[in-house]
Amino acid sequence: MSAKQTTIVQEKEPKRRKRSFFYGGREDSPFKRILIHLALILCCVVAVYPVLRVFTVSLRPGDRLLSTDMSIIPPDATFESYRIVLFDKPFLSWLWNSLAITIATAIIGVILAATSAYAFSRWKFPGRTVGLVFLLATQMIPAAMLMIPIYILAIKLGMVGTYKGLVIAYCVSAVPFSIWILKGYYDTIPIDLEEAGRIDGASQMQSFRYILLPLSTPALAIVFLFNFTTAWNDYLLARVMLGSQEKLLTWTLGIQRLQGQFQTQWGQFSAASILVMIPVVILFLYSSKWLISGLTMGSVKG
Amino acid sequence: MITWEVILKSLGEVGATVLVILLGTVVLEVILYFVLMKWLKYKYALPFMLVAPAIVGLCALVVYPLIWEFRLSLTNMALKTFRNPSFIWFKNYLRVFTEPVLKQKMFFPLLGQTVLWTFINVFFHVAGGLALALLLNRPMKGKGIYRTILILPWAIPQVIAVLAWRGEFNYEYGYFNILITSIGLQPVNWLSTPIPNFVAMCLTNIWLGIPFMMVILLGGLQSISGEYYEAAEIDGATSWQKFNSITMPLLKPVMTPAILLGTFWTFNNFNVPFFINQNELESSDILVTGLFRAAFQYSRYGFSAAFAFVIFALLLIYAIFYLRYTGSLKGVYES
Repeated sequence: MSAKQTTIVQEKEPKRRKRSFFYGGREDSPFKRILIHLALILCCVVAVYPVLRVFTVSLRPGDRLLSTDMSIIPPDATFESYRIVLFDKPFLSWLWNSLAITIATAIIGVILAATSAYAFSRWKFPGRTVGLVFLLATQMIPAAMLMIPIYILAIKLGMVGTYKGLVIAYCVSAVPFSIWILKGYYDTIPIDLEEAGRIDGASQMQSFRYILLPLSTPALAIVFLFNFTTAWNDYLLARVMLGSQEKLLTWTLGIQRLQGQFQTQWGQFSAASILVMIPVVILFLYSSKWLISGLTMGSVKG
Repeated sequence: MITWEVILKSLGEVGATVLVILLGTVVLEVILYFVLMKWLKYKYALPFMLVAPAIVGLCALVVYPLIWEFRLSLTNMALKTFRNPSFIWFKNYLRVFTEPVLKQKMFFPLLGQTVLWTFINVFFHVAGGLALALLLNRPMKGKGIYRTILILPWAIPQVIAVLAWRGEFNYEYGYFNILITSIGLQPVNWLSTPIPNFVAMCLTNIWLGIPFMMVILLGGLQSISGEYYEAAEIDGATSWQKFNSITMPLLKPVMTPAILLGTFWTFNNFNVPFFINQNELESSDILVTGLFRAAFQYSRYGFSAAFAFVIFALLLIYAIFYLRYTGSLKGVYES
């Protein structure tokens, strides 16, 4: 999954001719093209607008946070809310806590999924079908359903108010979906490549590590992204496990504290949201070039 | 503010847990190596060793809690009886159907709300995702930029997106009421009246879910070879005929599992109904938020465990029928 191996993958992908039922070999008429652009621009506005509003509120000065003013950048914009969030509130600790948990669990999650998916893809071992059905079934279980036993078990094991339970849970919670994606992707890579490696004297695990893994970068990137966002965005489990441990709060819990039930610190909430959003959005957009091939390669083959 | 104390404390906690996980994995692998590989010389020793850590982890997080929860569902554990619950066997399961699961709401109206919620959302996710995917699947200027912007709702942390939307539904300052009053209508009480609140939930979740479907379906569209369309054109097929007899059938292997997953995720969505429903309107609860309230607000642990199994059984039955009917997930799993 290291960065230097990514170049191989991009060459591997064949350039397909892109067509649809709108586009049947001829050029679209200019009128139709304008219509399509207009429709897409409208959708983009809808996609971006709520975020822009959050940004607007974060720039408003403290005395007029609530306003019916619709301009994107308010006339009296200020960074006061950002200053309060960064220096007066424990926001950075929340962010740090989340970051430490998320990075550790995402890496472990990817390793678990990558190795398991290799077994599911390359061997017909007994119990394989049962295992795959089991993985699908885990997707049906409502998260809230597992919260009750996990919470009571955590109380009995003394894990409430610590990160132990959270870290263990996040490591495996995105694994079923990840195995599904990765297995589908490995299946599209010809086994001959590994066999060629075996003839040259590589062991099974070496050919996995040096042949299959580098070729699976798109899927691995997606799986990392999924593991990362699952842990980063989780609210439910963190709330159940951490309760009211002020020092250990993750950002999802902290930010909800800013948006209290009766009195919302809108400016601070918005500034904090923008700050939390930036790293995740960058990660997402950076990996968006792999998103399409990584997600669908496996399922379109069959 | 952030202090060294906080940094070190969380780093220490995470690090210690990661070490325990690593140690556990190494012990497991060594045991499996000696038992399967050296001692039994089993043909499938390596795949079992590869799968073992994930399976053990999932058993600890899913299977064991489920078994435990089943036992819990047979008891009357609640806040008062936390220390010494007694077995009441299947009474809880009976109660799910005969007593209110929340303060007033019974099980079946709640189920109806959930089905309606799931249907509306999945329908618009697929329709919107497909429309955008079709628009984007053509050579044109700015395609990459459009795609990037349209993925944004998926990229934003869900809790933030939902809380931001909740702000837009504010009676006085929210975008929607400003829009409504500017065209001369009465403002709507989005957060505290039943039907507008349900609409607000759906709007939010539709916005959140379209990008995922768009990306999946765009991938599916790109894998369809242009030759089919060329052949159809030579035969004089119309756009609609091409869509109906080439695009849709060839998109099916991608669409079927995506719809199944989308259904599960929507049915089990917690964040949107929980946060948009600020005033605990029972008319906006779906089964999983009801489950959360029954367990963590009303502390009826035994009862909510039974409730959870009823929900799980419903999804299981749905999945079996869906897979029977479409029969296409087989291709994904048995390839």
